[in-house]
This record gives sequence, structure tokens and C-alpha cells, in this order.
Amino acid sequence: MSNENATVEREQRSTTTDDVLVSVRDLKKHYGADSLLSDDPVKAVDGVSFDIHRGETLGLVGESGCGKTTLGRTLVRLETATSGDVQFEETDITTLSGSDLKQWRRNAQMVFQDPDSSLNERMTVGELIRDPLDVHDWKTKAERDERVRELLEKVGLSEKHYFRYPHQFSGGQRQRIGIARALALEPEFLVLDEPVSALDVSVQAKILNLLRDLQEDLGLTYLLIAHDLSVVRHLADRVAVMYLGHIMELGETERLFENPANPYTHSLLSAIPEPDPYAESDRITLRGAPPSPRNPPEGCPFSTRCPSKIRPEEYRSVDDDAWRAIQELREILRERVRTDRSIAVIARELLGLETRISDIDEITEEVFGDVELPPELATHVDRVVEDVSDGNPEAARQYLKGEVGGPCDRDAPDYYTVDDEGRTSYCHRHAPEHESPAATLDAE
Amino acid sequence: MSGTPEQRATAETAETPMLAVENLQTVFHTDKETVRAVEGISFDVGEGETVGIVGESGSGKSVTARSIMGLVDAPGQIAAGSSIEFRGRELTGMTEDEYREVRGSGIAMVFQDPLTSLNPVYTVGNQIKETLRVHQDLRGDEADEAAIELLESVSIPDARRRLDEYPHQFSGGMRQRAVIAMALACDPDLLICDEPTTALDVTIQAQILELLQELQEERDLSIVFITHDMGVIAEVSDRVNVMYAGEIVESGPVGDIFENPAHPYTDGLLESIPGRYPDETYLRTIEGEVPTPTSQPTSCRFAPRCPKKFDACDEIHPAPVAVESGAEDHRAACLLYPEDRGQEAAVDEHRRLRETEADDE
Repeated sequence: MSNENATVEREQRSTTTDDVLVSVRDLKKHYGADSLLSDDPVKAVDGVSFDIHRGETLGLVGESGCGKTTLGRTLVRLETATSGDVQFEETDITTLSGSDLKQWRRNAQMVFQDPDSSLNERMTVGELIRDPLDVHDWKTKAERDERVRELLEKVGLSEKHYFRYPHQFSGGQRQRIGIARALALEPEFLVLDEPVSALDVSVQAKILNLLRDLQEDLGLTYLLIAHDLSVVRHLADRVAVMYLGHIMELGETERLFENPANPYTHSLLSAIPEPDPYAESDRITLRGAPPSPRNPPEGCPFSTRCPSKIRPEEYRSVDDDAWRAIQELREILRERVRTDRSIAVIARELLGLETRISDIDEITEEVFGDVELPPELATHVDRVVEDVSDGNPEAARQYLKGEVGGPCDRDAPDYYTVDDEGRTSYCHRHAPEHESPAATLDAE
Repeated sequence: MSGTPEQRATAETAETPMLAVENLQTVFHTDKETVRAVEGISFDVGEGETVGIVGESGSGKSVTARSIMGLVDAPGQIAAGSSIEFRGRELTGMTEDEYREVRGSGIAMVFQDPLTSLNPVYTVGNQIKETLRVHQDLRGDEADEAAIELLESVSIPDARRRLDEYPHQFSGGMRQRAVIAMALACDPDLLICDEPTTALDVTIQAQILELLQELQEERDLSIVFITHDMGVIAEVSDRVNVMYAGEIVESGPVGDIFENPAHPYTDGLLESIPGRYPDETYLRTIEGEVPTPTSQPTSCRFAPRCPKKFDACDEIHPAPVAVESGAEDHRAACLLYPEDRGQEAAVDEHRRLRETEADDE
């Protein structure tokens, strides 16, 4: 797309902006919250709101476990929402049931990631594609067969494939079958869940081209879920970036990629290796892994790994290494509180034997080895060592959080509008009293 | 693995390479057919160097790795005439005991999926200590300390406690770190990494790539890095081998491969990456599918999909040649090269090379 074309397309798009097909408001999907005996629920999707406009492709990116697949499945009612609304045209689909739900399903279909496991090996390709038509009692049998042949053609297969079985096809061809099946009932809206991530790059290109053609021909609306950001950048009009059940940033694709506003988007984009050995890397390598959605941090979901987390006023002058070490200690405490102690460890504790859990001194040695701590921080660390030695890592964690935690640890951020096209970002740093994320990241 | 592509390429030493693979052929015999998964490939790896092998699924890159490690199981077989030399020792034809010694001291491997390399019913500490016991005869407290040191060397925080945890209590990235720690337990000179980051998220992938780079510098490791991801290859490799249908179709310094891809397959592979041509609505593609080679090649295996194919491509099996006179380190197995000779002369050269080869056998 040249710049000129891009502007034209954007104008066209903005004329259809009001035409919202799917409207999601404060949607939550928690697992395991429904039983008396259950632990903390897994908060897979934890309050997201956005619109999908008719005819657009909305990309949804994020790391595994961030909730993007759950969100996609909830939008086509393969999962039932815990709370919140999903308006599809005039219908709130979260409450549909029975024949209303079945009738509505014609409008929204899904293409799955793995074409190996999403097709029944015992059905022929023709049967597979006809299956949704049979289930919905679509017209007459002859018309269904005709429709299947038409669909085969449409996705780049041919009539002669009708009586073959899925195992006779390559990965790319199987994905075409999956797409044909999803299109059978002429839906308006498709959720594409990692449609090309199981495919090689040369095959992937063909499937992406097919998806683009189909969208144009049939006026489809896509939600494209992918972890490969280059795929999303190629196909999506707008992108939503997800982390731990929240949308961190949502906006027009090119602008978001060129100039990410949220520190998470920033880090994610910088982590992608470029297929160019001469590329200059200014990578922000995040420490650790995303926290468990069963036990997400309070405040901002990204606060445990954020490279531009806000420091409390009184610690602004502390040396970066010392500050980083303190954050690392907090992460270790978090991890310790979270992990279940094995039976062996519990037994050792009961017997009064030494367990490895208790040797906090070694940890502080490891973390603070050659770092000089200012006195006020050193007293905090002493207190932590004391608490952990008394067998109370949770108290140590809370104490440290109270002493050195900032707004990112305490309060959930708001969504701030960060450009003139309505891009939103979920970060405390967009508030006027703080330095912007970009400023802090560029400084490093 | 660091520095500009030029520095990386020239850093290669001229001495005998640490690993020299010569005419490696790995075939799988089944009742139905014989699959020639690796077809006469040759490459070498110098001290402290990272050599990338890149290709799509079915190109034979993993079989190459397993062949070097002596892990090809029946019905697979390394055919006669193949040679794998590690520090001057021939590995093909070794007994299982001899091979075990090489794996215990010289070469170690990191696999794609850390969960399949770790036993779910033993703690991570147990598994690392087992490696230490088998290969270095360390036991008890000594083994404990060595295991902790290994986990710390791969940047696993709180290592002492982590020893008592099971693989399922580790996150994906931590598991891969633990697997790398196990590989390092044998203090290898050569690390073969088979898609070590493919199952990981990008932010975790970045951590693992950074870790491998640090370890390489600290321990002066040589690395064979296998992946399908062109981005990862560009970042880690000093030299790159591109595989297609069991053959190395192009090899050269990483800068040359990405800036001036010679073989039409390499070119097509790079062109089909989304984002290569941001102004184009459609992605560029390579026609057709990767074949499964079942017989010895008599022509170019890429010819049926090649946009630059001409008549001779169906008749002559191209040999790896320098892409132009003087550029000995950038080679392509394609009748279009050497480019500066003119097409007819180039075709004759390939014919001559293949004929002398046949005479030798």
C-alpha cells in the first residue's frame, strides 16, 4: 500500500466507522469460578471493551496465555461469558440460547489453528464442508452439494477433491478445507484463530492472500488472532494488543507498529528478530514470564515486567542497578508465594528439617551480590529477610510492596487516547503528571 | 553471533573445522518407499562459530541434526560414503558406547520442545544431577552445587529452590533454560540447537537468544542453529545453509544470503515473508509444494517450482558452486551459477562436476 492508497483506504474506512458489527463491553471470562471448592478463578479475559467495524480486519496479538483465543471463542459463543456484553448487530449474544443461538451461529464462524486436529479424519472433504449445511438444514440436498462444489472452487481446491480424505492433503490445503467449512453458511463474521501459524512461510503467504480475496469478495469481517506480528501487520486494519486478559493498546495498524504507545507493545515489537542481519537492534528484553492469570498482579497487569514502571517519588534518585535488584527480589517473593510447596517440603518443615525454602540469605546474596543499596532500601531488605526466615514470605511481599510500590503496583490504569485516530493505551504513564512511556524507553 | 555480519563472517578460522560434514546421506527405508531425507550435504563449523541451517518443514534439517548426534533410529540409516568428523574423529560407524562418550563430552543438543526432553516424574534437579553423574561422575553435595551453578549460569533465579521442582512447575522459557543447563552439564564444545525457540513466545525467545549468545562468549561454544525462522537466522548466524528437499541449495555468510540471495528458492523464501514489501497488497508466494524425495536426484529438485527454470534444469543435477569466480564462500546449487561465466559454460561446469563425482564412486 503506497501512502496515497493508504489515505484513500483510511478515508473509506472512516466512512464506515459508524457501522459497528460487533460491540464488546467489559467482557470477562473466568474459569473455575463456578464451584464452591475451586481456587481462585483463572481470569483469562478480564474486562475488555472494543468495537469491530463491518468489513474490517481487527488483529488480536499477544503471547500465549494472554487470553486472545478465549476472547475469540467467547465472541462466537464457543465459550459463555462470565460477565459483560457482546452486541452482534442488534443482538446481545451472551444471553442467547436454544434455537436462537443455533440460528445466530450462521452469522459467526471460526477457523482453527491446527488443520490436523480440527478436521474429522473419517469424513471426506465433501462431507466435512457439507456438515454445517446439514446441521442447519440448509435448502435441499442437491443445492447443498452444489454449494460444496462452489466452496471448494472458492478456496482454491477443485471438485475432484470432494471424495478425498483430509490425510491426503497438505497442511495448506487442509487449512483451505477449514476455511471452506467456516464459509459454508455465508457468515458475516469470521474469527481466525492463528490460521497460518502451523504452516511454512511459503504456504502461509498463499493462505493469507486467499483470506484477503475472500474478505473482498464476500464482504467479510475478520477477527485475526495471531502471535506472529508480521502476519497481523500485513492483514489487519486495526490491532489490539493483549496481555494477561487486558487490552493494552488498540489502534490503527501502521501507526501502532511505527510508533507504539504502550510499554508492552514497545517491548513486544522490539523482541521480533528481523529477517535482516544488518538491522539495528534496540531490543528491550523483558525479564521473566507473564504472571499466572490465576493470580494476576494488582494494579497494572504488566507491572511485574514493565521496563518503564513508575518509581515512587522518594526513590527516583536510587541507582538503576539497585532498583532493578529490588524489583527482582519482589518477583522472587511473588513466585515463592505462588508455587505450591511439594509434599516433601511440607514434611521436612513439619519434622523441623532444613528446607530450601528458608535460605533467603542465599537469595539476597544472589540478587544483591555486587550492588550497593542505599540505607533506606537496605533496612527494607533486612525486614524482608526476617519475614521470610520466619516462614512468612507473603508478609514480606506485602511489606515490600507497601514500601517501594508505585501507582503501577496499586491502581489499575485508565485507557488514554493517544492519537487523533482514537488509539487507546492502558498505562499510567499517559497521565499528564508522568513522563510518557516513549520518553522513558528512548532514554535507556 | 555478535558484531556486524562482515565481522562475523571473517572471524571464522582457517584451521581444521571443529565439525566437518561431508556428503551426508540419511535415508529411511519403509515397506512402501525409501525416503531420502538428507541427500549428500556438506558443511563445516569452526571454533566459536554459529552456523545456521534454515528450511521449511520436510527439508531435512532436523534429520541432519539427529544424524550428527547419532540419533537416527531404524528404519533410518546413514548411507555409505557419508562422513561426519568431529575434532578429526569420524563419527559415522561408531558403536553406541563410543557415541555416548562423544555426546557426553563433545556435542550436546537442545530440542524444540523442552517438555519432551524433560521427564515429568523427576524433579529438574534430579535430571540435571543424573547427567552430571553419568558424564562427570559427580554425586551428593558436589552434584547439588554443580547443578545449582548450572541453573544460575542459564539465569534461573532462586536456583536452589528450583532444583526441587518438577518440569510442570517451570514456565516454557524456564524449561528451555533448564534443558540448556542439562546440555551444558557435559561441558560441550559444540551445541546443536534444533528450533530451540520455536515453541516460545517472542519475548521469551529474545531472552533465550540472548542467553545462548552469552553462553557462547563465555564458553567459546560452537553452535549449529536450526530453524525455519528467517528472522532468528539473521540474528544469530555467522554463516547460513539453506536446505530444500534434503539438499543444501545455498550457503554463505549471513550478510550475503540476505542481501544477495543467489538460489531462486532462497529468494522466494525471503520474498514471501510478510512485511518484505509493505506497499503490496498481496504476499509473494512460491508455486507448488515441497516434494518428499524418494529417489536419487537426476535434476534440480526445485525446478518444478522455480520461476527461473530452463530446459537444462530437468536434465542436470546442479552441484554447489561459487556464485561467481572468487566468491568461494558463497555457494549455490543452481545451474545459473557461476554467474559471471555465462549460462552455457555454467551448465557445462555442473555437468562436469557431477560426472567426475559419479566416476569417483
